[in-house]
Amino acid sequence: MTSPSGLPRAFGLTGSASFAEFLATLHPDRLPAASTAQGATAPHGTTIVALRTADGVVMAGDRRATMGNVIAQHDIEKVFAADEFSVIGIAGTAGLAVELVRLFQVELEHYEKIEGVPLSLDGKANRLASMLRGQLGLAMQGLAVVPLLAGYDTARRTGRIFSYDVTGGRYEEHDFHAVGSGSAFARGSMKKLYRADASTSDAVRVALEALYDAADDDSATGGPDLARGIYPVVAVADSQGARILTEDEVGPDVERIVADRRTRQDGGTS
Amino acid sequence: MSVPFYVSPEQLMRDKADFARKGIARGRSVVVVQYEGGIAFVAENPSRALHKISELYDRIGFAAVGKYNEFESLRVAGVRLADLRGYSYDRTDVTGRSLANAYAQTLGTIFTETAKPYEVELIVAEVGPASSDDQIYRLMFDGSVSDEQGHVAMGGSAEAINAALAQGWRTDMPREEAIRLAVDVLSAHGDESPRALGASDLEVAVLERQRPRRCFVRLDSDVLSDILSG
Repeated sequence: MTSPSGLPRAFGLTGSASFAEFLATLHPDRLPAASTAQGATAPHGTTIVALRTADGVVMAGDRRATMGNVIAQHDIEKVFAADEFSVIGIAGTAGLAVELVRLFQVELEHYEKIEGVPLSLDGKANRLASMLRGQLGLAMQGLAVVPLLAGYDTARRTGRIFSYDVTGGRYEEHDFHAVGSGSAFARGSMKKLYRADASTSDAVRVALEALYDAADDDSATGGPDLARGIYPVVAVADSQGARILTEDEVGPDVERIVADRRTRQDGGTS
Repeated sequence: MSVPFYVSPEQLMRDKADFARKGIARGRSVVVVQYEGGIAFVAENPSRALHKISELYDRIGFAAVGKYNEFESLRVAGVRLADLRGYSYDRTDVTGRSLANAYAQTLGTIFTETAKPYEVELIVAEVGPASSDDQIYRLMFDGSVSDEQGHVAMGGSAEAINAALAQGWRTDMPREEAIRLAVDVLSAHGDESPRALGASDLEVAVLERQRPRRCFVRLDSDVLSDILSG
């Protein structure tokens, strides 16, 4: 990467603080892309839910990736910490989506290092929108990626959720949102269980209930796998920062939901 | 046609080196010290916005003295190189050694090929899993690199500060003690006469060994005041 006479000129140029733009000028081949359109045979990720709490936001995603009628992976992770105060979940073509998240994570960190201050939450949301717009060609070939961004806005001191469509359209959601093939069922579930003043632990429970309902009716969404100990990935972002809950933290909630549903279909929450 | 005066290569290089040294000597000093749990960067810098110390990657920090615009462009280049390499390969493939090499090549080329050399000195430090794995590289304006052990100072009064550091430094110092030592030697030898340096005159950051991913932390003036008064 270094020529015998030092760093290539592009490294020293005064430019933007965007890593994606730098990568596009220097190594366009390393941007997330797929060479051939094989929409049906590429693994897909499915349901992601996010809701606002009294302290910030909670996001959760199931662990199944499908390839047509086959389950491609039982324990894929589709929810990630994007940076110190935001989390991102992805539905759609898994390979591209994971790559897009990786680029987005570097993009945020790169900006922070170059400029000395982190991007605002709106700035992060807009940046993700323009990165999705760059993927429009692939989306038209059936390789769509639909992310869900949630984070704690350190300036407004509140949690916020942003949803996207494949064309890069960015929409702010007020209370809760879900993306992916099971999203309609998850949204229906959250509509009944959501409380704006819910604590983080209550909101985690609501998110897990919503994923359970999505898995109940959508074949491409995986339910909690108690036999293998595979639980949904749950992320929290509040004034303390963003973090992914450990399996020990999520496990007891999941087991309680499964036990409660043995007696009541609504899980005894209403 | 006028014939330019002949200048011997020795003379040319000497002149360039003197020029760069003079420029660097005008600036305030930066001290990098290793401590029990990581590496501390201490710079005399009253500005809150124009940094002399910065994060390059997860476990790698950067410190510079000299002309701001010159070391800033090198810093940005380093961040780009590190992020590009980490994105193309893996985060663990970004090393302090490769960054120090890239800087050495770049500074060396600028020194020999351009009329005006860069008036900067850099430090690239990487914190390892154990203190014996820590690496501190000092890069000169002409591209020469040295691998430093434990502590190093650069800038205006580097020699006096280095001598004082060698006296006071020992392996596995606690963090607070190491920072106090760095501030003490900067106050005593950073200028012609000793003076007191408070939290507002200093820029301090640490690479903390035990942090999970990004080890670089800036110490704000409250934390720094506590350490200095402790």
